Amino acid sequence: MDKNQIREVIAKRVAMEFKDGDLVNLGIGLPTEVANYVSDSIEVIFQSENGFIGMGTAPEKGAEIRNLVNAGSMPVTILPGAVFFDSAMSFAIIRGGHLDYTVLGALQVDARGNLANWMIPGKKVPGMGGAMDLVTGAKKVIVAMEHTAKGEVKIFESCTLPLTAAGAVDMIVTEMGVMIVTDQGLMLTEYHPEFTIEEIQAATGCKLLISEALRTMQSA
Amino acid sequence: MNKQKTAQDAIAAIKDGMTLMVGGFLGVGSPETLISALIEKGCKDLTLICNDTGFPDRGVGRLVVNNMVKRVYTSHIGTNPESGERMNDGRMEVILTPQGTLAEQVRAAGAGLGGVITPTGIGTVVELGKQILEIDGVKFLVEKPLKADYALIAAEWVDEKGNCIYDKAARNFNPLMAMAAECVVVEAHEIVELGALDPNNIHTPHIFVDAIVKEV
Repeated sequence: MDKNQIREVIAKRVAMEFKDGDLVNLGIGLPTEVANYVSDSIEVIFQSENGFIGMGTAPEKGAEIRNLVNAGSMPVTILPGAVFFDSAMSFAIIRGGHLDYTVLGALQVDARGNLANWMIPGKKVPGMGGAMDLVTGAKKVIVAMEHTAKGEVKIFESCTLPLTAAGAVDMIVTEMGVMIVTDQGLMLTEYHPEFTIEEIQAATGCKLLISEALRTMQSA
Repeated sequence: MNKQKTAQDAIAAIKDGMTLMVGGFLGVGSPETLISALIEKGCKDLTLICNDTGFPDRGVGRLVVNNMVKRVYTSHIGTNPESGERMNDGRMEVILTPQGTLAEQVRAAGAGLGGVITPTGIGTVVELGKQILEIDGVKFLVEKPLKADYALIAAEWVDEKGNCIYDKAARNFNPLMAMAAECVVVEAHEIVELGALDPNNIHTPHIFVDAIVKEV
């Protein structure tokens, strides 16, 4: 798979999780692409944590609207029924358990659902923005990322970088498959047929449990 | 009571070492005219409370690059390389705070509350040195309120009394900060006559606003 195919397999698979009426927050980068693959048969409402729900796609070039950008400062549009609000309301929605899904990338994620995605001490300290509230408050947290970073493992027994939240991750979707966090550890529930289970295990820094209902990745 | 002032008059009493809240989210909804006036006047050792430190040439980030800030409470500095450099070499103290916590800290100050009790940050470095409460078996962090000497905010429509309506994603922290400072200066995209705004739709009641400056 090339880079684009990898991103498509991941984004398409994440989009299959949503149900009609779900409220979803997508992080910047790969997670943003999930919006392109939501089935036409359901309505998913997207939140932008800088202060609105009902976010639509990016506008045509030249049709940008003043004061209408997403949380990454990129121009967006709104759909009928959209609502603007202040940051306290935005995070009441997030923290208060009103958000069905948050989809984010990760620097590291581990077998207990710990997530590190906001800083590399001494190297890069951009800040957590809304990420800590999102992973703490959303009903379901999905990490959408490439399985490794240029061959370096990203899924560990235990994260070594400062955490964004402890035990918050529910599901990890990569180009190699889908894993869910269970009390026993990380369980592979779907695999991409381009890879063997051994290859997936070799690219993972913790022991993978294999689901009895293991199946091929639905977006493959 | 006439609240309309020039930008220069409205910020004239801001002194070195004061604490300022500045509205905006990556520059959207930031009071650029007031920021320019403050840079022109010159001020140092300010403590800032702001969602992010904007960009070097946009939003509150301009105060950082002009060497006016000694400490900042913020959720994100990644879009302004100067902020990271100043944090690393010690010229600026950066208190990184989860965005939802920061919003509630400001709101708590404005609403007369003693703090915020939030699950966000539990199990992370954010909890270090802070009180942890266990309520019905769940752990929460106690975060103190954040108030300021001045709030510099931006609104789309402001009437002559100071009632404010914000536009789209430019609302963000502005209405929260309007409640949490001793002196609140609003920069208006448009100043309208009294009665022109529907009382049902006001976001910030005029009693919070001390001065109104026209955006230029």
